[in-house]
Formats: sequence, structure tokens, C-alpha cells
Amino acid sequence: MSNPHTETLILTPNINGADDFYADLLAAHDGRDKADSDAFNARLLLVLANHIGDRAILKQALAAAALTQEEDLT
Amino acid sequence: MNKIFEVPMYPYARHADEDAATPVRRKVVIIGAGPIGLAAAIELAQQGIEAIVLDENDKVSFGSRAICFAKRPLEILDRLGCGQPMVDKGVLWNVGKVFFDDRQVYDFNLLPEEGHERPAFINLQQYYFEEYLVNRVRELQDQGAPIEIRGRNKVSAIGTHPDHVTLEVDTPEGSYNLEADWMIACDGAGSPTRRMLGLDFVGRVFEDNFLIADVVMEADFPTERWFWFDPPFNKGQSALLHKQPDGVWRIDLQLGWDIDKEREKRPENVIPRLKEMLGDDVEFELEWVSIYTFQCRRMEKFRHGRVLFAGDAAHQVSPFGARGANSGLQDTDNLCWKLKLVMEGSAPESLLDSYDMERVHGADENILNSSRSTDFITPKSEMSRVLRDAVLDLSEQHEFARPLVNSGRLSVPCTYDGSPLNSADALLDGPARTRPGSSCPDAPLGDDFLLRKLGDKFILLTIDAEAPDVVEEAGITVERLALSVKDDKSLALKERYLGDHDSGVYLIRPDQHVAARRPSYDETQFRAAIRRAVGKE
Repeated sequence: MSNPHTETLILTPNINGADDFYADLLAAHDGRDKADSDAFNARLLLVLANHIGDRAILKQALAAAALTQEEDLT
Repeated sequence: MNKIFEVPMYPYARHADEDAATPVRRKVVIIGAGPIGLAAAIELAQQGIEAIVLDENDKVSFGSRAICFAKRPLEILDRLGCGQPMVDKGVLWNVGKVFFDDRQVYDFNLLPEEGHERPAFINLQQYYFEEYLVNRVRELQDQGAPIEIRGRNKVSAIGTHPDHVTLEVDTPEGSYNLEADWMIACDGAGSPTRRMLGLDFVGRVFEDNFLIADVVMEADFPTERWFWFDPPFNKGQSALLHKQPDGVWRIDLQLGWDIDKEREKRPENVIPRLKEMLGDDVEFELEWVSIYTFQCRRMEKFRHGRVLFAGDAAHQVSPFGARGANSGLQDTDNLCWKLKLVMEGSAPESLLDSYDMERVHGADENILNSSRSTDFITPKSEMSRVLRDAVLDLSEQHEFARPLVNSGRLSVPCTYDGSPLNSADALLDGPARTRPGSSCPDAPLGDDFLLRKLGDKFILLTIDAEAPDVVEEAGITVERLALSVKDDKSLALKERYLGDHDSGVYLIRPDQHVAARRPSYDETQFRAAIRRAVGKE
């Protein structure tokens, strides 16, 4: 497994133009019903996960999304 | 027409043991003449150990059942003297297609690695597989080998003792008592042996039913594996089409949980489903139909004193990935050489506990892989279906999603990492695939192949390294196989066994798994490795 000291998930602000990104995200869901939006979200997360690739980062992302306390991340 | 599975292959014949005044003691009694029991018997008989196979039936497998045989089992069968007829008869394929809803999302070519004698796998009906094993048994008998199959010999009671097993056997002419020094139970997922001994078999039952049909047709479908997720002809479920020899096609249709099995199996219900799948204009004949539900589970321990469990009797997996018969053959491959050494007195009885440990590890790996395939094929929650469908939708346009599609991860041999028989890896940064515990990958050697030369005994494989021609240690004779990277122009041998090293020495077990490796021969270290590999260190 990768070393957590060199492979750390970025959890500080990292998106240039955060408001614009958020607007893009909402716009992508415009006109979709719940099932369609769920499917879109699932595809989006798979695309992003593949871009990241690193399993250690992905594990940290899963934990971060679960709102797990930081001491449990090891 | 008589099909091979309708002809008695080992009909009942009264045996002298039935008329003995006191029960006759046999060396090894094997329960079950399926692929695993027959393979065990052949292996033992080839080593000169008496093997008596008892089976309640007298015919080979009814219907095709297991149809995919992977490379490692084919290599094992080569050592058992019956790999070639299997490969000659079997169907080879490399292309697979994946369909989702009403469309093909992608296709793939397995592009198997070069430099192996045997293909990644073949498709072959289980009844042929068993027939060729029975043929091999007959051949060994003609050569005077101590091997027998007793048809319609049903074991009705088993008694376990510290140094033997007693059996009560029912035949068409009455019952008789028999004793065995050792017993191997290869009597399948419903193992009567397991039940008679009151042993556990716990795990996960999947709430699903699959209709399997063998269909004989003259169709111009290519020799490919086609897998459908949620097809129009089986909405919300999956389907598989796979070619077998003799123009027989295997069709698997997932049916869901809440069905009437007897009703679904009737031809008048099966045929319309198949017509919808194959098209109205395809002429076909049903050879065999069955419905199955599967479990993923294993026994807690595969060794119970003098009774050893192998194959489905010990562990059961879902069919996705062809990990049933394939893993069972690796069980007996692991077991037989150990049993031989223990029976000869060359190794302590505790060596057999490493069978339990190594093959439990293998079973857990197979259960993990096949459970994951099942979870992908039959999503268990709304969100797992959403994610599954997202993977399939993406796979049509984006290559990255294709490795996530899981319609079965094909059986590959297990590496016995952490086995007490392994010595620490001393070929530092050597190829990971040949680390201690690994099954040896094949490599070409001119017109020959490495695995043919390794055979079925302990071997000291030297590649551009010096070593004695024979090492005797703790009652084990280890012969050297001296090779050079120059023996293989393709450089597969170097790539698979040396990596960046210029030389290497491997201690290889009789089941062709690596026990130890170092860059050069070291007398003390290799003697210790031999003792360790037979449970004496």
C-alpha cells in the first residue's frame, strides 16, 4: 500500500473559481429526474476516481465523504 | 442416441473386499468419482500409492456442468497424463463481447501471454473431462498401477480413528465394511461425508436462480463469450452464451429468486426464452436443462484427522470465473505429494495441516473473487445497481471503465503467501510472480516447456548458477534442473524467474510451487528450505 505521508488527499480549497464549478455541477443536473441524476452522479464519480487512480487517495476520499473523524483515517 | 453421460463408465462389479471375513484395510479411499476424486486417484496411483475410488453412481457427469478449464489445471492434467486429449477436444476462445440492454458496449481480446504450452483456458463439458480421466485410470490399470473405481458403492457410515478410517459401503448386492489408512472426500457440494461427520459448512447463500441450458445448434455465432447485462430478452437479469465442443452451446439465464423451478425447467417454458435470445430462425435442440442456486462457503478446516476434504465438498463458489473444478484440481495437486511423503514416513503428519492452511487461503481468494462478480452481476441494492449501470454505460465510450465490468474473473492459481513451507524470499526485487508460494509460470525451452521438465518431484532449478546435481536432505531427494537464460530466446524465462538478476536458484515443490529462491546456491540455506518445505523446520 502507498505511504500515507506522501499520498495525501487534498482537503483544503483547491478549485479555482469554486462558485463557477458549483454552478456547472448544478447545471449538469438541470432537467434530469432523480434516477437520471443518480446515474449521472455515479458516472461522474467513476470518471473522477479513475483520474485520481491512487488507491490510497481514493480510500481517504471514501472516508472523507463518509464524514469520518480524522483520527480514524489511518 | 446414447450420450456419453448415459452410459455406465464404471458399472458395479462385485469386489473380493465384499466377501472378506474381516474388513480389508486399503491405503487411500477416495469418495466420489468426479473430476477431483479421479484426479486425486490418478496422482496417487502414479506415485505408486493404492487409491480406491468409491462412487454411488456409475456414470460421468450428467450434463455439461463445469465447462471452463483454466491453464493451471491443464498443466496439472499434463502431469496426470491426460492434458492433451482435453486440449485437443476443448474449444479455445479469446474474444468476449459485453452487451448492456439492447446494445453491445464493447468487446475484448484476452491476448493470452506468450510462452506457455497451455492456453488461458478451454471450454469442455464436464462429461468429457471425466471420461478422459476414466480413460487414464484404465490406462494406469493396464500398466498394473494400484487404482480402482468401484461404481455403485455408496458409503453409508464412516468411523474415524487416530490411525485409520472405517467405512460401511452399500452396493446393489448388500453392504460391506472397509478400512482405509487415509480418506479423501471429493463428494461434492452436498458432501454426504461432511454430513455423516457432522461438520460445518457456512457461508453466504445468494438468493438467485440460474437456468442453464445446453443447446445443440448449427449457428454461425462466432467462438466467443457473450455476456448480457439486463438484455431485452431477460429484463433486469443477465445472460451468458458460451461455446462447447460438438456444436453445443451453454446458455445461462438468470431468473431471479421468486420463481417456480419445476415450471421454468419445462421445455415449453425454456424454448420461447431461448428463441427470444437466439432469434426465431435459429434451429436448436435442447440437450440438458438445469436450474441452480449457488452459495459461497467453505468448511472451517479441510483436514479432520485422517479424513481430508477437497473440491466442492470443502468449498463452494458461485460459477462466475470458473473457480469450482479449477480450484478443486489445485486442492488435490497440493494434497497428494504431501500425503505421499507422510505415508512413506518422510514427513511428519503435521505437513498435512499445511494443505488445510494453503487451500483455505485459496478457497478464500476464490470466494472473494466470485462474490464480487456476483455482486456486480446481481446488484443487491438500488445504489449498487446505479453504480453497476454507470460502469456499463461508461464502458461503451471510455476504456477506463472496462476493467470495472465484472462478469467473472477467470481462475488463476493462488499464491501461498505466508505459508509455513516457504522460505523468506532471498532473490531481492526478483519477479513478484515467482516469489515463494507462487505456482511456477511456464516458459518455452526450445521445442520443450519448463513445466514439462519440472515434473512432479522436488527440483532445484538453477538458471546460470552452479549447484550440486542432487541434494539429499531429511529423506528427500532433490534433483537439479540446470538451465540458462540462453535456453529461451524469447527471454520469458529470464523475465519470469530472474528479472534484473543474472542468476537464480529455485527450490520447487512437487506441485510446482516455489518454496525458496536465491541468486545463487547456498548449501545451508537450501537444506533448511528443503526441511521447511516438508514441515521439518
